Amino acid sequence: MSAPGTLPRWAELGLLPVINLVAALLISGVVIMLLGESPVAAFKLMAAGSVGTQEGIGYTLYYATNFIFTGLAVAVAYHAGLFNIGAEGQAYIGGLGTALVCLWLGAWPFWAVLPLAVLAGAGFGAVWAFIPAYLQAKRGSHIVITTIMFNFIAASLMTYLLVNVLIKPGQQSPESREFSVNAWMPSATDVLARVGVGFAATPLNLAFGFALGAAVLVWLLVWRTRWGYALRVAGENPAAAVFAGIAPPRVIIGAMLLSGALAGGLGLNELMGSQHRILMDFPSGAGFVGIAVALMGRNHPAGIIVAAVLFGALYQGGSQLSFDMPKINRDMVVVIQGLVILLCGAMENVFKAPLAKLWHGCLARDPKPTGGTPAPR
Amino acid sequence: MSDDARSATAPGRNSGGAAGAARAPALELRAIDKRFGAVQANRAISFSVAAGSIHGLIGENGAGKSTLMNIIYGFHRADSGEILVHGRKVDITSPQAAIAAGIGMVHQHFMLVENFTVLENVVLGVEGGALLAGGLTAARRELEKLARDYGLAVPLDSMISELSVGLQQRVEILKALYRGAEILILDEPTAVLAPQEADQLFKMLGRLREQGKAVILGTHKLREIMAITDRVTVMRQGAVVAEVMTKETSPRGLAEKMVGRAVLMQVDKCPATPGAALLSVTDLEVRDRLGVPRVKGVSFELRAGEIVGVAGVAGNGQSELLEALAGIRAPSRGEIRLGGRELVREQLDARARRALGLAHVPEDRLRLGVVASFSAEANAMLGYHDRPRYGRGLFLDGVASFAGCEAKMKEFDVRPAQPALRISAFSGGNQQKLVLAREIDADPTVLLVGQPTRGVDIGAIEFIHRRLIALRDAGKALLVVSVELDEILGLADRILVMNGGEIMGELARAEATEEKIGLMMAGVRGEGGA
Repeated sequence: MSAPGTLPRWAELGLLPVINLVAALLISGVVIMLLGESPVAAFKLMAAGSVGTQEGIGYTLYYATNFIFTGLAVAVAYHAGLFNIGAEGQAYIGGLGTALVCLWLGAWPFWAVLPLAVLAGAGFGAVWAFIPAYLQAKRGSHIVITTIMFNFIAASLMTYLLVNVLIKPGQQSPESREFSVNAWMPSATDVLARVGVGFAATPLNLAFGFALGAAVLVWLLVWRTRWGYALRVAGENPAAAVFAGIAPPRVIIGAMLLSGALAGGLGLNELMGSQHRILMDFPSGAGFVGIAVALMGRNHPAGIIVAAVLFGALYQGGSQLSFDMPKINRDMVVVIQGLVILLCGAMENVFKAPLAKLWHGCLARDPKPTGGTPAPR
Repeated sequence: MSDDARSATAPGRNSGGAAGAARAPALELRAIDKRFGAVQANRAISFSVAAGSIHGLIGENGAGKSTLMNIIYGFHRADSGEILVHGRKVDITSPQAAIAAGIGMVHQHFMLVENFTVLENVVLGVEGGALLAGGLTAARRELEKLARDYGLAVPLDSMISELSVGLQQRVEILKALYRGAEILILDEPTAVLAPQEADQLFKMLGRLREQGKAVILGTHKLREIMAITDRVTVMRQGAVVAEVMTKETSPRGLAEKMVGRAVLMQVDKCPATPGAALLSVTDLEVRDRLGVPRVKGVSFELRAGEIVGVAGVAGNGQSELLEALAGIRAPSRGEIRLGGRELVREQLDARARRALGLAHVPEDRLRLGVVASFSAEANAMLGYHDRPRYGRGLFLDGVASFAGCEAKMKEFDVRPAQPALRISAFSGGNQQKLVLAREIDADPTVLLVGQPTRGVDIGAIEFIHRRLIALRDAGKALLVVSVELDEILGLADRILVMNGGEIMGELARAEATEEKIGLMMAGVRGEGGA
């Protein structure tokens, strides 16, 4: 019996997110109108600022790179049945690993620094995820609680390190010295210039490629390997995993190590690619945006890339908006982002039932449409 | 009893009508149609149920019984058709409307608040005022009266979570009666009950019938229909295919109508020729999470070429025994020997045991046997995804798993034969066939089977029994745990009866009778007892 309330797969994956996004933008438009600005003009500004120019595109993809890393981190944990709220802290500590390599081995050639920086970032991120994972797997401490706590511990630890250890001597702001140029991730401008394409100077850098590569890797691991199969079985039905001889504790630890390692990729983009030093609070919430990105992208790498670019565009378009429309400040932009997260993430199924009804209404030749048919439970 | 009075006088008031001579039936359905998308779940269903009778509604899983019962109780609305209660047309738009019309329903899965008392559960929604105390006192008086009238004694102040499943069901019936139900619908009421509990339920239903209630019993078990109903409506593919007096039919006749072809009620098999012991269990003790022993020092052997049946009322340690043997639950004491290895001391998990040739078809298919959100293809390799045939090195081979699933579906007649379809879209019987196919495909030497045909329709039951016997004849050792006594008697060559976590006795099939097994199930030790 096909339950009413089901949609074809393409509509669920393609149409529903678009409807959610449009709804979020409509509500945002009302908010902008209440502030006395024209919504149409505001959205035009946002679109132009995020995808209308080379600079805009560069910034959008630069932000998206962070979100891809953290979105993948959340998604991998999700498939193992874990809600990893700690991507923020894992990215923070992972960045520390990358920065230490870049600071100490900055004199080495780039091709030698890069793999070490990648490994250190992934390794530090994984270690930070390991502790909550171990506590969940062996002690049953809930991973949501422990990963939240580990965000705070990471922040305090990094504040201590930046203020007392890593700070550049004789300087007020808590940040390290600049990395040597050998440890800079090549910018998109330089990379494209090599193949003869001109591109505006933006923070977009090679780390974007690493993020796309990570997405492919996650897809392969989760859907094409025996390990990924075990991971998904344990995530969907832990009892069936035990029945199959898969040990859920091992899956939990393995999934969280990978999750932390992916979050650790953020340092490649933010530190090696853009800031060229380590500074306070450089993840700036990307770990939390990653949750929304994973939700909206349905925890699938392809969806995560699309969602990450959308959120990158919101970030970039939002800063453009607050710059050009003084009545709409930074906080209003956060409100708009919040509405998108609310409608595309938390309330993603609000339009599903009406849409399904509409769908079945068009197909079924119902002689007597009864209107308020109660949905079966 | 004012409701009774009303129903008794109703025909009198209608006596001017055409059907005035006969007493109007308690419930009458006229041409009920219901469609879900492309599926016609109910097609022109018409029948009536007299007051003071038990009406059976039988059909395979997916025949449309549940949809029909849900329409009567107002969960679904019919696309067209009429429902008459005591001769009057009613518009049942919601369960509230159904209750107001005197219709009550007991669902297969109970709708009770676990940490409320019985009394609180019964009055839930009909508290009769903002303050509880008055309503509860009145309800207690009313319930004590109901308990006396119908023999429905329930400890009113116990928490639901402390009650057995049978008692919980009784609470559901009380709930319906307390709300003034004259028509009681039961959907697969015995699916969760042990045989004795089922017998008690039937006694209760008999008493309700004597008191003039109309009972609709939806089930796919012929035995229940024959035991208790007065009339029976047979459904197939959403339509009524027969309506007969129970007295005038036979289980075989009903089964044929349900399935649409002749079925064997009992699978033929030749006597077993047991060989060497393949699995031996010594003094096995299994404790639950709270440290309470659920299996207490059980010992037995499983030989090649025999089926050993484990009979017992549900919850007497069979599930724990099966899980301990399969490597899902760690025993607290004892030995399990298989192929020269000792599984308990070596702490072998389910995968290691599969490698030694021990396969397991679990009791609770949806909890253990399949991952509901996965495709049939992904489920067809659960527990075997590490085997070389499903891939190379780290990677899985999609072509191999698809082909593997297709082959299993073909061999075991799983319908529809679509490996990419979600397992939850298959009927219970087809899910079970796929699980069985998966475990048999690995060519085990020992197969553990829990409730081989729970929630499985008749056509598939026959098929599954045949396969199990074929496996026995191929020299494998089988342990079959079932709460269906018929199934144990039909399949097993040797029968172990469990009670309170112990084996009460062992019977060869030839000497086993329902009475002997029933006594042991009740806790009387047999001569062969361990």
